[in-house]
Formats: sequence, C-alpha cells, structure tokens
Amino acid sequence: MEKDRKEGIRGMANPGRYGIERVAYWLMRITGLGLLFYFIGHIYETSSLLDGKAAWNSMLELTQTTEGHIFLTLVIGMCVFHTGNGIRLMIAQSGFGFGKPRRPDYPYTPSSLNMKNKLCIYVSIGLAALAMMYGLGVMYDV
Amino acid sequence: MTKGGALPKGFESPSDLGSQEKYEEVKPSSKTMTLRISKFNPDKDHAPTFLEFPVSYEKWTTVLDAILEAKNYHDHSIGVRYSCRQAMCGSCGMNINGKPRLACFTKISELDSDVVTVEPMNNFPLIRDLVVGFERMFSTHKRIKPYIIREDSEISSGTKEFLQTPEDVEKYIQFSSCIKCGLCNSACPTMAADSTFIGPQGLAQAYRYIADNRDQGKDERLKIIDERHGIWGCHFAGSCSQVCPKGVDPAMGIQLLRGYLLGYRK
Ligand code: HEM
Ligand code: SF4
Ligand code: FES
Repeated sequence: MEKDRKEGIRGMANPGRYGIERVAYWLMRITGLGLLFYFIGHIYETSSLLDGKAAWNSMLELTQTTEGHIFLTLVIGMCVFHTGNGIRLMIAQSGFGFGKPRRPDYPYTPSSLNMKNKLCIYVSIGLAALAMMYGLGVMYDV
Repeated sequence: MTKGGALPKGFESPSDLGSQEKYEEVKPSSKTMTLRISKFNPDKDHAPTFLEFPVSYEKWTTVLDAILEAKNYHDHSIGVRYSCRQAMCGSCGMNINGKPRLACFTKISELDSDVVTVEPMNNFPLIRDLVVGFERMFSTHKRIKPYIIREDSEISSGTKEFLQTPEDVEKYIQFSSCIKCGLCNSACPTMAADSTFIGPQGLAQAYRYIADNRDQGKDERLKIIDERHGIWGCHFAGSCSQVCPKGVDPAMGIQLLRGYLLGYRK
C-alpha cells in the first residue's frame, strides 16, 4: 500500500464494484482501444492492395482462419457496443435525459443512474451479442 | 405523525398509557462478526497489517460503533476520524468491504457479511490507519470559488436580501447537501489515475453555484473547469453518484454543467 493510496489503472479498470454504469465505462474504454487497434490493422491490411491482387488475397486468407473469425467477431461486438453506448454518452454528457434537479429525499436515488441509462447500456450489450452471433453465422455458413 | 387514529406502537403519548410509560422490550440479536481493521503508519511501517476483532452487533450497530468498541476496549492506537456520528460532518469516510462509505452511516446488518473489513479510502494520501488527508480536496473545492459571486451584497446599504422562488432553490439545493466526505472522489475512476483531476466533489460544487440565480460568477468558474483535468476528465462512469451518502448526485451536476460549456444551457 502506497502512502498516497492512488488506485491507478487497476482501480480505473475494476468494473466489479459500482454497478452496470462502471462496467459500461470499462467496456467503452476497452472497445475504444480495441477499435483503434483494429483501425490501424485495417489500414495496414487494405494498403496491401497497392502490392497487387496476390498480396491482397493472401491478406484476406488471414481472416479465413478460426483465429481470424474470432477476431472479426470481437470487432463486430466492439463496434456495436461502442456505437450504441457512445450515442448514449453523447446525449447524457450534453446534459440530457436526467430530468430536473430536485430536493433529495432518503433513500436517495441518483437521477444520473436512471433506468433510461441502464436500459441503453443493456440494449447496447444485447445488440452487440446479437450482431456477434449473426457474424459468426455468416462466417461459418450456418 | 398519523392523522386521526392511534399512534404507532411505541409512539403513544404518556396519557394514552396510563400513569406508567411502557416501552416495547428490545431483545438483543447477539450476532457476532469479525471486524478487520487496516493498521498502517506510512512513517514507521513497511506494509499494512490487519487487526481482527470479534464484535457483537445489533440491527442498528454502525461500522463506526464497532470500530470504536475495538478502539476503546482492545487497541487504543487505532487511528480513526469521526465527529458527528450522523452523516453530517463528512469525516468518517473509509473503504468498508471494498467500497467507500461513511462508517457512521453504514449499519453492519446491511452489509450482510460475517467479516467487515475497513481500510482507508483510496485516492487520498494516507495519514495513519483509517485516516486520510483532505488537503487537496479542500483546496480544489476552494479553487472553484464555492460562494456567491456578485458585485452588490445583501449587507451593503440600499440592498435587501436576494429573494428566490422555491423553483430557483430547487435548481441547486440537491448539490448544496454536499458534506465534503470525499467518497465520490475515492470511487471515481479518473481520480484513480489522475491526481490533478478536479474530481466529482469540486465539479458538482461548481454546478451548485453556477445554477444559483443569485450568483454572477458563471464565466469565472467555467474558465477554471474547462480543461483536461477539469470537466473533460469525467467519462460519466457514475460511481460518484453510486456512493454519495447525501443524494448529491455529482455525476448529474457534471453532465448538466457540460451543457453550459457546449452551449445547450445559458
Ligand atoms: C459511430 C461510431 C462511434 C461513436 C458514436 C463513438 C463515440 C465515442 C464516445 C462518445 C467516446 C467518449 C467516451 C467517454 O466519454 O468516455 C468515445 C471514445 C473513444 N472512441 Fe469512439 N465512437 C465511435 C467509433 C469509434 C471508432 C471507429 C474508434 C477507433 C478507431 C473509436 C475509438 C475510441 C477511443 C480510443 C475512445 C477513447 C476511450 C474512452 O475514452 O473511453 N471510436 N467514442
Ligand atoms: S458529493 Fe456526496 S460523496 Fe462527494 S463529497 Fe459531497 S457528500 Fe461526499
Ligand atoms: S462521523 Fe460525521 S459523517 Fe460520520
């Protein structure tokens, strides 16, 4: 234990203690970084076109393996969750969807953790799962 | 108070009860739990140790009661800070079973656990055992100018008190309940990685004064918070509002505050 008790990245990442909103925060960061990673890879992949048809085809082969399929499925999931939750965040972070402040009464129920926000998070996760299943179906021809 | 009809049991006035007052006998529940207290003096010790005490508790026993029992009867050296014992002073914040809470406002029975572990709050510098330093939070709080700013004053001659309608008060009253306990800063994931972040406590107070229609310091305060370690450090994880013991809902204040900077609010 350090003297300043700063939790650091571990505390930042820990999604277990503070409800679904903290899980969404954690997923948003991970998927944002994952997509950035994919985006860089994607530029590298598509730039192989410049080296002709054979190079491009051999690049595409990489995605036709089991690892490639798992990777693409994850990308689909990350895309859908990041977009869904991103739209929720853009609305909420502009100050919409909380109602008006009011005199707090015990037991306090914070409006920022309201059902609308929770529902959007669950829907984003659900849509991501559905899209991943659809993607797997297409890739494995079922 | 019940209107008409009899008062609930135990609340009858003495005349209802004849000459003798009667109280319902409360049977002790005599449950026992293990209290684990983190001991660490950064000036002397190398690593924290945990002291363990068996503590019996009732439905209403608070974590602070249990800590004080351990301190009074087992180990006087336990470092703990408290004052009001009723969630008013904001001094007894600590990690209780992994989450920041007020020790005086947390009943052992509500934790639903046979082991209660108390540690100092995260993201604050440790002084000793359960006590952390609030200097930075207080100075950040001061930085956002937590007072009404305007040229005239209620006490200068020729002015009267500044009147507000109940609706005007409603706009900020929730945020004025802050007791500066620091639980929100301790739960915040940005605070965990960025110790120059203003934090939910300070940002919510910036909103409290900006939303007050007596105040004219909006532009000054917005300038202070409009930076990376200010309002833009918030990613709306909502954990501050999850732990706030006073219903302040700092996360809401911060998002409403952003509305001013983005031009949705005037
Ligand atoms: C329609 C698509 C997208 C939307 C609506 C969206 C929305 C957002 C929003 C609102 C945030 C801020 C989250 C916060 O306050 O914590 C964010 C963060 C981020 N996004 Fe996106 N985004 C999209 C696509 C992408 C793509 C394609 C990439 C990668 C190339 C990406 C990479 C990131 C990264 C790295 C972060 C930072 C992580 C964080 O702050 O949590 N995003 N996105
Ligand atoms: S906003 Fe709530 S949790 Fe934060 S310091 Fe104030 S009372 Fe404590
Ligand atoms: S002792 Fe005052 S808030 Fe707990």
